[in-house]
Amino acid sequence: MKSLEELLAIKQKAQAQIAARDADGNDGTRVVVGMATCGIAAGARPVLKALTDEIAKREVKHVSVTQTGCIGMCQYEPIVEVFEPGKEKVTYVKMTAEKVAKVVNEHLVNGNPVVEYTVGAVTE
Amino acid sequence: MYRSHVLVCGGTGCTSSHSGELIEALEANIKEKGLEEEIKVVRTGCFGLCALGPIMIVYPEGCFYSEVKVDDIPEIVEEHLLKGRIVKRLLYKETVEAENVKPLSETNFYKKQHRVALRNCGVIDPENIEEYIAYDGYAALAKALTEMTPEDVIKTVIDSGLRGRGGGGFPTGRKWSFTAANKADQKYVVCNADEGDPGAFMDRSVLEGDPHCLVEAMTICGYATGATEGYVYVRAEYPIAVQRLQKAIDDAREYGLLGKNIFGSGFDFDLFVRLGAGAFVCGEETALMTSIEGNRGEPRPRPPYPAVKGLFGKPTTENNVETFANIPQIILKGAEFFNTMGTETSKGTKVFALGGKINNTGLVEVPMGTTLREIIEDIGGGIPNGKKFKAAQTGGPSGGCLPADLLDIKIDYDNLVAKGAMMGSGGLIVMDEDDCMVDIAKFFLKFTVDESCGKCTPCRVGTRRLLEILEKITSGKGTMEDLERMEYLCNYIKENSLCGLGQTAPNPVLSTYQRFRDEYIAHVVDKKCPAGVCKDLVTYSIDKDKCIGCGVCARNCPVDAITRTEYIAPGHKLASFSIDTDKCVKCGVCVGNCKFKAVIK
Repeated sequence: MKSLEELLAIKQKAQAQIAARDADGNDGTRVVVGMATCGIAAGARPVLKALTDEIAKREVKHVSVTQTGCIGMCQYEPIVEVFEPGKEKVTYVKMTAEKVAKVVNEHLVNGNPVVEYTVGAVTE
Repeated sequence: MYRSHVLVCGGTGCTSSHSGELIEALEANIKEKGLEEEIKVVRTGCFGLCALGPIMIVYPEGCFYSEVKVDDIPEIVEEHLLKGRIVKRLLYKETVEAENVKPLSETNFYKKQHRVALRNCGVIDPENIEEYIAYDGYAALAKALTEMTPEDVIKTVIDSGLRGRGGGGFPTGRKWSFTAANKADQKYVVCNADEGDPGAFMDRSVLEGDPHCLVEAMTICGYATGATEGYVYVRAEYPIAVQRLQKAIDDAREYGLLGKNIFGSGFDFDLFVRLGAGAFVCGEETALMTSIEGNRGEPRPRPPYPAVKGLFGKPTTENNVETFANIPQIILKGAEFFNTMGTETSKGTKVFALGGKINNTGLVEVPMGTTLREIIEDIGGGIPNGKKFKAAQTGGPSGGCLPADLLDIKIDYDNLVAKGAMMGSGGLIVMDEDDCMVDIAKFFLKFTVDESCGKCTPCRVGTRRLLEILEKITSGKGTMEDLERMEYLCNYIKENSLCGLGQTAPNPVLSTYQRFRDEYIAHVVDKKCPAGVCKDLVTYSIDKDKCIGCGVCARNCPVDAITRTEYIAPGHKLASFSIDTDKCVKCGVCVGNCKFKAVIK
């Protein structure tokens, strides 16, 4: 180790890898993927994978990705719900790995929900 | 990126309750479900709640599963990791609150704790240097080497008020300044990791859970005192600690955090591990250094102190593991961070190894000045089976005991010494009404008799004679003169022994004699052991009116000392039993087997 910069670079890289452990107490944003049989059959797993990868790539802080059971609207799976502290929950339906990038960039990074993918827009 | 991290305790406690097999099962199950790219399994150091091991914590939810068995793993993987449904039945019951999962930090065991020395234990993977760096690891070393002079470092440590956590409580900063003041071509840093007190395991947990912390602290100490080489003397009985420490040293070398020209500062430092062969006396600083040099581990008179003439005859700074574990935080956050915690004379926090008759056996770190009651009742969860607290033994074979009327004492170095006990390394053994204080004193003395190195007569011969007196007392042959002689001998050994081992060996006897004199007198005058522990003073008998005549005791008696009488108690159908005290070997099996509490001792 020859310089502080070197140490700092390792620190930043390592911090990103352990970010999941900092969400203790669920203070940050939670992104929940429906992972019951219906969700998995509809392709929730690639969506989940894409979410974690995209969040890591964009270095979004204080976001945890978890899964849940059947949300109850099996025909709209894969469903992704975003819970932000103090805000109303946003439900995205019929998600795909491709749609994930836009949700992460616009919603999680910039704070603007992608209305066209939400349950309200799709069912209307 | 992994969306979920499963932390499994890999400390010695949980490893011996098979956490290694849990990790294997977890990894196999995760692979089977195809989750290996989403879920990371991390083997950490000790979480502290050893009584509930093996322990597992799942992030991001922060679910704390306790007493997990290999058979539970498929359910955890299938339900929690795959489907996101928490397995409630395995959660630590204190974290379940109605429908919600309470964070661990709000449970009684963790709420009152404040972790400085143990801050990374159970949080990081101890074998991964990058995780340590992520939690500010080596930032203190970087700060010391690039922004501070050695004098600044020593001043910060002095100002922090940190005192040696190994037992003596000597101010750490001053110790460093003594070594720094001595000119020599070579100086050394030595870490005492020869944790030998029965019931103490805080140093082991630091080594197992956060070995890099020690590497970093010793390097800082080397910089401050002008030493370029360090030795960690660790007991060979700590295989996991030794292996993780060695890996930490190897990794630190690879990352250039040990070796030549660290952080481009021109400062060189390297570390080596030396294994102790299991002699308690090697925890004494001069004996420890003699042992590192390759000689028989025997103490030598001080002065000269190690700061003048230590390892290989060179100026040496010696601290114990927990002392070092506080250093990086002090350097990084400043002296005020540390000296605002604790009491007037004892700053910071202290780790205690809770053991004995207590519900939450484990490792706790609390600010100095926390009362014994808070540690035992709130954090420790009290005494099992509704028994009554009798005393707490602190400081192991060198310490003393604190009886129930001292439960509200604020624990710090000076308060404990004033009450005839000592901080020691921080072993805290809780005793209840079933423990005999004379027997406890005998237990600790037996330990020091075994471990006395034999170099000086007061310790070698004195402790043995003392043990003989105690054996006489517990076998019912003691006299009041024996008690006087015992006290005289205790003080003689204290005053005349060469090293700390002998000077403190009589403490358990003196302390129990001072606090529980009536128990000693009961043994000598009444020939009774009030707690019913000393076999020679206990007789077993059967209450013939309580005995229903079932015969369970007689069938289980190993020496056939129990026979049926002709007496049938009113209201019972079968004749009661009685014990032939000549045949009885006082094993106590009958007491345990009798459901009707008819066997009395």
